[in-house]
Amino acid sequence: MSNSYYDPKDLKKFEDIGDFGPELAKKFFDYYSAVFEEGALSAREKALIALAVSHTVQCPYCIDAYTSESLEKGASEEQMMEAVHVASAIRGGSSLVHGVQMMNKTKDVSM
Amino acid sequence: MIKSLKTREHKLSDPNYQLQLLNSHSKSLREQPKFRDKLGEAGLFPLEPTGIEIFQMNLGYMCNMTCKHCHVDAGPDRSEMMDRETFEHCIEALRHSQATTVDLTGGAPEMNPHFKWFVEEASRLGKNIIVRSNLTILTTAPKYRALVNFFADHQVEVTCSLPFYNRSRTDRQRGEGTYDKSIEALQKLNHVGYGKEETGLELNLVYNPAGAFLPGGQASMEQTFKEQLHRQHGIVFNNLYTITNLPISRFLDFLLQSGNLDEYMDRLISSFNPAAARGVMCRNTISVGWDGQLYDCDFNQMLEMPVEESAPGHISEWHEGRLNNRTIRINQHCFGCTAGAGSSCGGATT
Repeated sequence: MSNSYYDPKDLKKFEDIGDFGPELAKKFFDYYSAVFEEGALSAREKALIALAVSHTVQCPYCIDAYTSESLEKGASEEQMMEAVHVASAIRGGSSLVHGVQMMNKTKDVSM
Repeated sequence: MIKSLKTREHKLSDPNYQLQLLNSHSKSLREQPKFRDKLGEAGLFPLEPTGIEIFQMNLGYMCNMTCKHCHVDAGPDRSEMMDRETFEHCIEALRHSQATTVDLTGGAPEMNPHFKWFVEEASRLGKNIIVRSNLTILTTAPKYRALVNFFADHQVEVTCSLPFYNRSRTDRQRGEGTYDKSIEALQKLNHVGYGKEETGLELNLVYNPAGAFLPGGQASMEQTFKEQLHRQHGIVFNNLYTITNLPISRFLDFLLQSGNLDEYMDRLISSFNPAAARGVMCRNTISVGWDGQLYDCDFNQMLEMPVEESAPGHISEWHEGRLNNRTIRINQHCFGCTAGAGSSCGGATT
């Protein structure tokens, strides 16, 4: 048993989740593959979106996977870092925008 | 400038050591399936030629650059160079060969003193001639700068290395200043008509990943390169070929030093594609070494794996029928040509 919650080797075992429930796993992976195919968005754009989301959900597996995927799809380091900043801005902004709620409440209860 | 592995007497300049590493460097590599078995599962073992269409010649290992990923271990400190007699054997072989394309590689093929003479001779034979240029050589001495017009005059197809559409990644792989020189050379090639559809002067770029990852889809990479190079520099070109780095020579050195060998091999092997295996370039190519030795491909040449013994081993013994009946020699490095969409000197194979 691993002494760490996150082991890079576990990423390769992702598809093994089907061992405990094949039907839903199959549905998920079929859907997952379809999502990342070239469409109205290019595969590179999708990889960059996934990279940004990976940082938002702070998933080490996803960050590893979509860093490689972004490189393979031809993204530059600048594009990848900008994607991470987009994630960071939304995440920071989503906290900050709640400041309006704080202000509203303050005004409601204040004399 | 870094020195070649050979000059440094590095262990990796020994091809047998390289093959030994690929087969048994770690527990993970020892347990990986063998290339011959994967070919067998795909119904392709033993691997046989489909006929010689491409006559690839390595004119020598001398180069003005020392790229970190170079499978040839080329550089200014390499002196191996094809001599006039070997060229003459090549012309004689080409005269009788079904091959339609003569593919000139190196090192920097332009540095061979017989280069221009040979291009003139080969173009008289009516063959399509490809020169694999590193681009930067075309910005150096006047005799090399003049080659841009020489290529155009002889309708030579120029296929050149450009690992990425930005400076940082290109220079990391190929040396400081490479990107700017490459752009200058591409603009000169465009200026004489290369890459412009109506001229018939074909300009192709070769992309290979600057690290331990595989190339992306060739069509979308080509679109990205075209957009970026045109927007940034007004450059146009015909095709982009995506090439996978094979785990040999200096790229193998990088994989070992960065601790990426096991994972990279795992990625290549788990991405084995039977369709790509059917289209591997060694089936329609013969590779002639600087000394006239014959090989199944340029990678086998660097691993000193000549064509099997039953086939003619030297260009002076050229016999196309016997070469077409040979069995192609393989080892674990071959997984580099069969991963994903496949990889060859002409890019993806599926």
